[in-house]
Amino acid sequence: MTPYLRIVWVGLGLRVKEFTVSRWFLLMCVLQPVIFASIAFYLFQAGGRSGTLLYAALGAGMMGIWSSTLFGSGGALQWNRWQGTLELLVGSPPPFIVVLLPLTLATSVTGGYALIATLVWGRVFFGVPLHFAHPLAFAVAVPAAVVALGLMGLLMASSFVLYRHANALSNLLEYPVWVATGLLFPIALLPGWVRPISWLLAPSWGIAAIRDAALGHGAVWFPIAMCAAVGLAYLLLAAFFLQTFERAARARATLSLT
Amino acid sequence: MASNVRIFFVGGLISFRALFNWIKPSLYIPTMFGSPLFQIFFFVYLGRYAHTGQSDAFFIVGNAVQVCAMSSVYGMTMAVANERQFGTLGPLLASPANRMAVFLGRGVPVLANGLVVSLFGFLVGVVFLHFRPAPSTLPALTLVVCVTALACTTFGMVLGSIGLYGKDFFFIANLAYFLMLLLCGVNVPLEVLPGWLSAIGRCLPLTHGIMAARRIAAGTHLSSVSGLVLTEFGPGAAYAAAGYALFRVLEGASRRRAVLDTF
Repeated sequence: MTPYLRIVWVGLGLRVKEFTVSRWFLLMCVLQPVIFASIAFYLFQAGGRSGTLLYAALGAGMMGIWSSTLFGSGGALQWNRWQGTLELLVGSPPPFIVVLLPLTLATSVTGGYALIATLVWGRVFFGVPLHFAHPLAFAVAVPAAVVALGLMGLLMASSFVLYRHANALSNLLEYPVWVATGLLFPIALLPGWVRPISWLLAPSWGIAAIRDAALGHGAVWFPIAMCAAVGLAYLLLAAFFLQTFERAARARATLSLT
Repeated sequence: MASNVRIFFVGGLISFRALFNWIKPSLYIPTMFGSPLFQIFFFVYLGRYAHTGQSDAFFIVGNAVQVCAMSSVYGMTMAVANERQFGTLGPLLASPANRMAVFLGRGVPVLANGLVVSLFGFLVGVVFLHFRPAPSTLPALTLVVCVTALACTTFGMVLGSIGLYGKDFFFIANLAYFLMLLLCGVNVPLEVLPGWLSAIGRCLPLTHGIMAARRIAAGTHLSSVSGLVLTEFGPGAAYAAAGYALFRVLEGASRRRAVLDTF
């Protein structure tokens, strides 16, 4: 078990360093969230809803974490295919899931910059008050949300292998998840059938945990527990998918086909 | 002359088919239709929750016009900068083809595609969000969208030209696309933005076109917004000239620095 943990830990550090110097991730994790946060700040200010600025800053930060996870994890296998490293990763002694997990976790960890960026941006330019109702719960909620999204990324990476144009699927899925998980407006505004879908998506539990901890609304620990629960479900599903698809790709010799 | 016309139309079409990354239906539909569909929903619901006092039509028209930039900005950037990415820039620049025809011809399919995406955006509003412009306003609305898509395409030409020289042209295209959402009055009225931000917005494509489209959709006659339409057209022409000039300058610079085939 320990060697696997070491692979995950070292791999996570390596990938986070790799993503941190990527301009693409700078765009996804800092610039885009700040632009969307600004749009939300101006709209809420125009509507006289200044009390919602922290709400918007947290939501825009989570949007950035989702974008980073979506494009990073969604494209993880594809990038390795293009670079010719997928066979090496699959052929290495550890189970493939142990090799892939740090990559997808790194996309959501790097996405954490988005939360910092929108909070700092909101504080400096819009006077967003950074008073957190439950600081300890907030300190637990953020990593819980980030890990849950990273595990969701693992599930996406394992299932996107079926779809050769994963980048198009990533382009498609960015806004729907922003909408369906209530990142900048409550899910209650949406038709009732959207709510059960949101229960399956880690960003909705992640933002609920972070918002409840920061704003002092609702039961803080329940959404944190749900982050853990959906994260575990993603992990199990991803393990099943990866095992199945990896075997099929080896048997058909399609692993390196782009 | 005939060969220049052929390069303009046929060359433009071939380059679109070769260089537009999302040309396959499996890529085109999710990117060109899926993303705009949910973008419109996202901002309509955000507007409702923010209680800005703007109607749904404000966000529908703003975003339906803006999504033409999905094709115009990204498509035009690909149409020029992908030549280097795909390793075909050297042969293209070694050919004796008229540069103006080569460059401007690439904008035609991109512009047409932008109009299709915008039309889809308006259909989303009609089908799902009860957007009902008067039938009599549709010709004027179409004209305004055409002019706006043209201005966005010429803006994309500038960005694409930069891609001849710089490596991170997708970074620039993405940043420009997102900034347009903030600065061009797509979702945030210009009067709400600080003066310096709205001043930047007024220099960008989309801004005046969206203003004109909103007024026309509300029932104003085209003649009353002709100033806005002309103002949208003006910077569009300026961007086309700047894009072509930049194309020639950076073509020379790429030759001198021998970076034609680096990416």
